[in-house]
Amino acid sequence: MKIFSDMTALMTGMWITWKHIFRRPVTIQYPEQRRQPYPRYRARIVLTRDPEGGERCVACQLCSAACPVDCISMQPAEGDGGRRYAEWFRINFARCIFCGLCAEACPTLAIQMTPDYEICTRDIMNLIYEKEDLLIDGCGKSADYNFYRHAGIAVTQPRGNGAEELPPVDVRGLMP
Amino acid sequence: MSYDPIDITLIGAKIALVFFVILTLAAYLVFAERKVLAWIQDRKGPNRVGPFGLLQPLADLIKLLTKEDFRPIGADKWLFYLAPAMAAIPAIMIFAVIPFGAPLTVFGHSVELQISDLNVGLLLFLALSSIAVYGVALGGWASNSKYALLGSIRGLAQLISYELSMGLSLVPVVMLARSFRLSDIVAAQSGCWFIVYQPLAFIIFLISIAAECKRIPFDLPEAEGELVAGFHTEYSGMRFGLFFVGEYINIIVLGGLAATFFLGGWHGPWLPPVIWFSGKVLAFAFLFIWMRGTLPRLRYDQLMHFGWKILTPLALVNILVTGWWLVLRG
Amino acid sequence: METYLFYILAVVTVIGTILAITEKHPVHAIVHLVTSFFSLAAIFFLLAAPLIAMFEVIIYAGAVMVLFMFVIMMLDPGRTDQAGRPGLRQWLLPAILGVIILVSIGVLAAGYVTAPHTSSAITVREFAVTLFRKYGVAIEIISMQLLFAVVGALYLGRRRAP
Repeated sequence: MKIFSDMTALMTGMWITWKHIFRRPVTIQYPEQRRQPYPRYRARIVLTRDPEGGERCVACQLCSAACPVDCISMQPAEGDGGRRYAEWFRINFARCIFCGLCAEACPTLAIQMTPDYEICTRDIMNLIYEKEDLLIDGCGKSADYNFYRHAGIAVTQPRGNGAEELPPVDVRGLMP
Repeated sequence: MSYDPIDITLIGAKIALVFFVILTLAAYLVFAERKVLAWIQDRKGPNRVGPFGLLQPLADLIKLLTKEDFRPIGADKWLFYLAPAMAAIPAIMIFAVIPFGAPLTVFGHSVELQISDLNVGLLLFLALSSIAVYGVALGGWASNSKYALLGSIRGLAQLISYELSMGLSLVPVVMLARSFRLSDIVAAQSGCWFIVYQPLAFIIFLISIAAECKRIPFDLPEAEGELVAGFHTEYSGMRFGLFFVGEYINIIVLGGLAATFFLGGWHGPWLPPVIWFSGKVLAFAFLFIWMRGTLPRLRYDQLMHFGWKILTPLALVNILVTGWWLVLRG
Repeated sequence: METYLFYILAVVTVIGTILAITEKHPVHAIVHLVTSFFSLAAIFFLLAAPLIAMFEVIIYAGAVMVLFMFVIMMLDPGRTDQAGRPGLRQWLLPAILGVIILVSIGVLAAGYVTAPHTSSAITVREFAVTLFRKYGVAIEIISMQLLFAVVGALYLGRRRAP
């Protein structure tokens, strides 16, 4: 009989919801009870320093290029010995979607995501973070990594003179 | 007719009491619904305003009162303003005939805990419940909005489908009690509740009142998923609040009627009658909330089919069987 | 007290009916008609016929008018406020019928004898006995007619083979 199977189905549904009334709620009461995110949680972005205390960022613009919403901008500059750094570095968190592509793109592990998700504010201009807001004193993840120990600072020989390196292409010479 | 000042005062006091209790209960039913639904969904529900969120209805009321009273362009002004009242007033008027406790004796006067013991009380309920649909229909039509109009058409079609079976399911009750008077119906159940004799009529009535107060699984007129909010899409502020509160008053009143017709009204052992009555009403309210947390919404044609082709014939057969039974028993 | 109530309700009924006839918009006309039915029901109640009062509301205001409204909402009546009023030729026949009714009411009122005042309301039992014993055959004939109507509606609404 179809009617009996239908009624059984109704009763089963009612029984399941009845059981759920007495279950412990899964709600986390946010301001009082805070959830500890995992270390790899993607929230507020920081700029880290190398183990010797210098800035890791070399202002290569890769993060800016990888950013799908174009919220990262910077001005590269060269210090003594050809050491590149960012003159200013700006992330607009009002636009940032916390996708983590910038951290993946960064060759020097300078730009990193942190689990700090509480960056809400009433004034949208407070969400524009300058370099001094972004730069932290620690090394973040991969604490012992130092890019310049692997690569060196200055370009030691002219381009095209390497062992298996072709001479650089003159892009203007390719004009028709 | 003689008008004894004490009688008039008592009637006034009863009306004031019923108004106060029903409106408060309706407000807290909204809160209870949010809480129970939250528990069903493994959440906590409103718990910020006051201890355990108990002042939430007050906060909702203040919010509704201070909101903008908006009227869409092209709306029919008078009907638009009239409709919420037409939805809420019949619902609360039905309570006038429900006996909610055993008669008391105050200052030497015997006071029935019932505002008006009308000899056609059951018919008054049917009349007012069919009038209540005008609030839905006119509100939706006057809003000059397609969702609201669709909602009110559905409301009308729904009323035509379930009202017949609701009326017919009450005929066996009248046959058993031999009266339309609600106090007689309650008195006839002092021995055995009618749900024992009439389980089928009770189920039909339960399904019909779920449709009457526009609750899931029969909430077609307001179907949030399809029609935004159905007939009250364009309403805001306290006019929306009137529709909303009217719906919950309807739950209380229909729960009280179901208790009166099938569960023996205020009859019950050990506890005071008023407690029994309110316990039964709240049990029905909980059942409706529980059903809302469980069941999906029916389709438009499914409801019509169910009402006309299943419930109405079943109710007619039930009347026939009850008649035979009464004749055979003598 | 009852007399004043009766006159107020009578005025409401008459005005509601007149508005229902003259109103061009069908939904407004229905609202006026429902108001009229409601006050008519209250008059029946004052005349110690509560059962009739309730049936007036249930059947006319609750069922018939709801069906009317359903149909009006389903079939958009369009710009009804631009519709013209009926001309003299359409008014003629209703006017003659109205005059006949008015005259007969006048004749009846002229030979009016005060009816014995029934102090108690007509009970449901008396009503039922009158309806099903005294006029039982008429009720059965009407119900047969309704059955024919139902069968006819089923025939019209049957699913035709494509």
